[in-house]
Amino acid sequence: MTDLPTSTTKKLGLVIDLDICVGCHACVINCKEWNTSNYGAPLSDIDAYGSNPVGTFLNRIHTYEVKSDDKLAQTVHFPKSCLHCEDAPCVTVCPTGASYKRSEDGIVLVNESDCIGCGLCAWACPYGARELDAAEGVMKKCTLCVDRIYNENLPEIDREPACVRTCPANARHFGDFADPESDVSRMSAARGGMQLMPQQDTKPVNRYLPPRPKADIQTDGDIDILAPFLEPVAETPKGLLGWLDKALEAL
Amino acid sequence: MHPAASVIIFTSLSGLGFGLMFFLGLGKPDVSGGSAFVFFCIAYALAVGGLLASTFHLGNPQRAMKAFSQWRTSWLSREGVVAVAALLAMGVYAALLIFVGIRVAPLGWLGSALSITAVYCTSMIYGQLKTVPRWNMTTTPILFLLYALSGGALLAAQLPFALLLLAILTLVQILSWMLGDLSFALAGHNIETATGLGHLGKVRLLESPHSGENYLTREMVHVIGRKHSFKLRVIAALCLGVIPVVLLGLFQINHLSALLIIALHVIGLFTSRWLFFAEAEHVVGLYYDKR
Amino acid sequence: MNHHQPDLDTSPEVSDEIRKTTCYMCACRCGINVHLKDGKVKYIEGNRDHPINKGVLCAKGSAGIMQHYSPARLRAPMKRVGERGEGKFEEISWDEAFDIAAKHLAPIREKAPHKLAFFTGRDQSQSLTSFWAQQFGTPNYAAHGGFCSVNMAAAGIYTMGGAFWEFGVPDWDRTKMFMIFGVAEDHDSNPIKMGLSKLKARGAKIVGVNPVRTGYNAIADEWVGITPGTDGLFVLAMIHVLLKAGKVDLEYLMRYTNAPMLVNMDEASDEHGLLLRDVQGQFMVQDRVTGKPAAFDKKGVKPVFTGEITYQGTKYTPVFQLMTEKYLSDDYAPEAVAERCGISADRIRRLAAELAHVAFEQEITIDQPWTDWKGEKHGTMTGRPVSFHAMRGISAHSNGFQTCRAIHLLQILLGSVEVPGGYRFKPPYPKPVGIHPTPHSYATPGGPLNGPHLGFPTGPEDLALNASGTPIRIDKAFTWENPLSAHGMMHMVISNAHAGDPYKIDTLFMYMANMSWNSSMNSRGVMDMLTDKDEDGNYVIPNIIYSDAYSSEMVAFADLILPDTTYLERHDCISLLDRPISEADAVCDSIRWPVVEPDRDVRGFQSALIQLGSKLGLPGFVNEDGTAKYADYADYIVNHERRPGVGPLAGFRGEDGKGKGRGAPNPEQINKYIENGGFWQDHIPDEALFYKPWNKAYQDWAVERGIFDKPAPYLFNIYVEPMQKFRLAAEGKGELQPPDHLRAQLIEAMDPLPVWWPPYEEQGVDCDEYPLHALTQRPAAMYHSWGSQNAWLRQIHGTNPLYVSGEVWRKHRFKEGDWAYLTSHHGKIKVPVVRMDALNPHTVWTWNAIGKRKGAWALDENAPETTKGFLLNHLIHELLPSKGDGLRWSNSDPITGQAAWYDLRVKIEKAPTEDGVSQPETPAQTSPVGQGPKDIAYGEEF
Repeated sequence: MTDLPTSTTKKLGLVIDLDICVGCHACVINCKEWNTSNYGAPLSDIDAYGSNPVGTFLNRIHTYEVKSDDKLAQTVHFPKSCLHCEDAPCVTVCPTGASYKRSEDGIVLVNESDCIGCGLCAWACPYGARELDAAEGVMKKCTLCVDRIYNENLPEIDREPACVRTCPANARHFGDFADPESDVSRMSAARGGMQLMPQQDTKPVNRYLPPRPKADIQTDGDIDILAPFLEPVAETPKGLLGWLDKALEAL
Repeated sequence: MHPAASVIIFTSLSGLGFGLMFFLGLGKPDVSGGSAFVFFCIAYALAVGGLLASTFHLGNPQRAMKAFSQWRTSWLSREGVVAVAALLAMGVYAALLIFVGIRVAPLGWLGSALSITAVYCTSMIYGQLKTVPRWNMTTTPILFLLYALSGGALLAAQLPFALLLLAILTLVQILSWMLGDLSFALAGHNIETATGLGHLGKVRLLESPHSGENYLTREMVHVIGRKHSFKLRVIAALCLGVIPVVLLGLFQINHLSALLIIALHVIGLFTSRWLFFAEAEHVVGLYYDKR
Repeated sequence: MNHHQPDLDTSPEVSDEIRKTTCYMCACRCGINVHLKDGKVKYIEGNRDHPINKGVLCAKGSAGIMQHYSPARLRAPMKRVGERGEGKFEEISWDEAFDIAAKHLAPIREKAPHKLAFFTGRDQSQSLTSFWAQQFGTPNYAAHGGFCSVNMAAAGIYTMGGAFWEFGVPDWDRTKMFMIFGVAEDHDSNPIKMGLSKLKARGAKIVGVNPVRTGYNAIADEWVGITPGTDGLFVLAMIHVLLKAGKVDLEYLMRYTNAPMLVNMDEASDEHGLLLRDVQGQFMVQDRVTGKPAAFDKKGVKPVFTGEITYQGTKYTPVFQLMTEKYLSDDYAPEAVAERCGISADRIRRLAAELAHVAFEQEITIDQPWTDWKGEKHGTMTGRPVSFHAMRGISAHSNGFQTCRAIHLLQILLGSVEVPGGYRFKPPYPKPVGIHPTPHSYATPGGPLNGPHLGFPTGPEDLALNASGTPIRIDKAFTWENPLSAHGMMHMVISNAHAGDPYKIDTLFMYMANMSWNSSMNSRGVMDMLTDKDEDGNYVIPNIIYSDAYSSEMVAFADLILPDTTYLERHDCISLLDRPISEADAVCDSIRWPVVEPDRDVRGFQSALIQLGSKLGLPGFVNEDGTAKYADYADYIVNHERRPGVGPLAGFRGEDGKGKGRGAPNPEQINKYIENGGFWQDHIPDEALFYKPWNKAYQDWAVERGIFDKPAPYLFNIYVEPMQKFRLAAEGKGELQPPDHLRAQLIEAMDPLPVWWPPYEEQGVDCDEYPLHALTQRPAAMYHSWGSQNAWLRQIHGTNPLYVSGEVWRKHRFKEGDWAYLTSHHGKIKVPVVRMDALNPHTVWTWNAIGKRKGAWALDENAPETTKGFLLNHLIHELLPSKGDGLRWSNSDPITGQAAWYDLRVKIEKAPTEDGVSQPETPAQTSPVGQGPKDIAYGEEF
């Protein structure tokens, strides 16, 4: 049913660290690989080897360039998948009840056998987290790897979403935001974890850690602090060699 | 948003059909027998045709019946339920009127109320979406209702109503375009707020996630030129209201000119509905730096 | 409350079986778990136990399914039936294929083995392929290092017995400041990402030096958007500043480097510039106590770093003094280099100061006693936690060798190599240049070559020259033009063979190298050379045999195709005899094995090569009775011994399978590897973990493991003496003399101390006409040309725009969706442009190898890769523009012959957008495998 649960026991979600994401697309492809042969219908690729290939992906990385007048332009890689909102508009708009949010862990899922493929949930999502599969005609979205995180056929250490397990830069973390002591909650608190588009009032569970401030041309002023490290021991090669002799003597 | 033919036809035709039914339910025109049959046929053809068109964009239309279940939360579901209720109520009302010759007025009023509610539900499918600020305005249901009523009035040959409604509709439509142009900014959305990177400077997309298109860019990122859109707005405004109002106000209307006015209005309706979708910007476009 | 939700099976079965092997979606060689269901590959993930990737896996690795089931896979051996370049083939049997190959190769071997040129691309079996070529007897063998990264390997090995890339690694767990030069997101990609993440977690500072701010540079705490080709100048300026401030690790220099060695200063001497040795051949220093020369390792000798000493009538000066005099010159002052490098003088000083601060104020000490090779005991291990890494942005310039040396010099001056927190080697490195082979190139018809082809020359006597001074090798490696071309020069083979210079060849045999397309400079020219015919209508290059797993562009140009398997269908060994996968803390090697069987008539190239070797009766591949010695590659991997007890795989040796590094062949070896997850590792003892070149425990351990046969401690070469030997020849000394036109180049280039010169192309073109630098980078999600056949990866990079800086964008009034002509001295291309501000203002760049030829890789002829994608290769020539001296100079590093891809200079102008198709357009090749299916939905069956 498309009523949202009034509250969920856990709030499972991801922390995505924009300070360390190198934009390698590992999470994008491993997600595709896991999900195309697991939960629900495969993630198809239309015109796969043709002139206009379009596939279904549940996670995509955008690359932004950020520029201000006084700093060097900066590149930020920005992975985006379902944020498993507490107030998920994609769920309430669904006419068939296919979209739902799990009361036990807050994961937003599509029950594909009920999905008519009207696409309204994708319209209701501000984040572009839902894609209608062109071959199957059902809505696909991140399941937070619900078929991994509780999967007793997987070793316990692997019971995390595929994107998290595969991320080479450790830019993705999985956990329970309902628990203030969880790693994800702490990390988010410590680093100012952001919600995307808070104006939409969707209360996304996933948090983005903003890039840490960069050292930049502006920090050249720091030369004053570090200047002692470059105090010349001598101005001429000869003077230097004299210093050196003394220094070696001391060894 | 992608101006898909299915949704344009759906909203336009079903609006006209339910608009006509609204008047028929109120007994305007006061028809019976053969002429009632013709009027109701037109109303049903439009309303049912529109509803059927809406199923063309479904990925799995064979499961469409499931869409009646979520009326508690989903405007789309409500629209389905109410539309069917309206069609049923009106069906009984029409059958009695045409074949038995009895007008059960309260049933007609009920049908009228359901018809107009169906249009309201349709409008709220779009109007509820915060993700599309141009739609997420009170003008959206008002417009849909005005379109239905004025189109219905035209079809029902309720010319004084039509004149008045078309004049109001035209003004509201123009106002709504103007407000719509401000809506995105008023909602406070830009690429900096979408990415949360505004504190670092001006943000622009360097590389798209994929070098080609995807479902989202096809469905929700539709960019139309300002000039092109202005031209279409002028055409839409002229056809849907300005010319019909002038014609209705200044000339004696016969069947032929009535057909011309209806045709013009429908052209205007389709044009404005195309613009309704094509001009609507979904906030996800911000992530693609496409507005 | 109306919330209901369906029941869900959250524990579905994942797969029937997991098979652990080694990835080959790039050269990183991560461990993978291949999940199989109903005999099909269902899911590939990283192997958590594997030393390289510890469970993670990149986009390429995860897209392995699509590579394995690629529609571009070749299906059977093929012989050409159309014209070269057309792509028309007929499928044949393996027997027929071997017959054809043998028909060409057997007579060559008997009469003139050098008429075979055998070159391999991005394979990881050079230990086998070089052995095969050696047994065949041709001097013409190399892999692709010459156009890849030989500058890095050679500079590192000559300087410090190990190099960046595969041979070493920053101490990710301890380093506090890390500078990364010219590294795009390729090679060693997972370990670097994992390492950077560790640095971030510890708050260590990452400085990215790269004209382009993508990938690793995007997350660096500081980005230095250097002008291409000027890194050497930037580094030497930092050295200038550090030397002036006395911020160098004198004790480190004294103990572990040749800083105190004495250089012959007598210009008239035949040994001018060489180092003073005693009668035992041991280096001598001036003893501080006696003032006399003494063997550097004599007990109690404390060397002097400065001054001048006269010994037996000749004047000598320590290396350190020469170095100081050189780099204290105002030419290397930050102010003097700032504009050229595009980095302010203040910034150069600040970065140098930060390095000094971290190196000398934040040193770290590990409580671990160790003993050096002289027997001296040390209570602790102390390190300077600054580290560096560098790759192609450094190596692909004509000054790359010396630039790489400059970075190594900086590391060494800071005392940060092989110490905690610094840069660490991975076994079998460190390995001094002296125990690497020298190049070998002498063959007698019908017999094997006199030794390994590739190696590290120690002087002019090691060059591959005939008595008449002409090159022995078709690629002209190891000649005066590029004396230290340690990886050969694959990029010159086709143009030299076509020109018949130094001679004509009969058969070109290549493996996994897309030479007619993205792996060559001047791709159009190469296609013409491959298809060119002489007056008699015969191809100028008579026979071309090529092995590839996929329908690449190069396939169309071959006469005979030996179809390779995918990486999941083959045996391989990632061997210590070849390119290591070890970690700084452990020696490791690994295997691939057929986790699924081929469903086509294909064979792993290495097996095919071994079978061809036996058919040709090559020694080492046949028994005494002439029968085949090895059935296939797996047999070879287990049973081949390079030295007694030392073979391709180091693990599970000996009859009991307990041998580590040494031991008799073990028939169960491959099964043991499979049981162990596809790899083997052996940890280095704690006391041997650092100071490896000088650490007795490490040296002894390395001998036990078969890495060396006896301990091989050595000193780092701030001053590379073998280079001076080539300079002496250029000065007219010695018997072997270079041609006159190369003397000046040799004297400038073969400087035994790192030096910088402007990239050659910009010396040769009018920089006002060609004001921009043009670069390519490999994206993290694509590896060379392979990725475009991959249905998932090609969606990420189906086109490659040219990124231009904001400055260029404004100047040329570009708008979104615009196209531009990009012109070099050699060619002109038409490309789509995109603005990028996080880019050096004088630079344009694009992703490498996205552009495809129509008809290749089983793609639609109108695939975006063919219509919009483009190659920068069309603008790059293997020769420099004419200098007007009647000679054509090679577009490469004058020391190693490394192809100078990144020296490219271009101009840009707006082009009409009309058709939106990039130029040049190459006519289509016929696809021997048809085109891929329309739509796919992988995983439906599971």
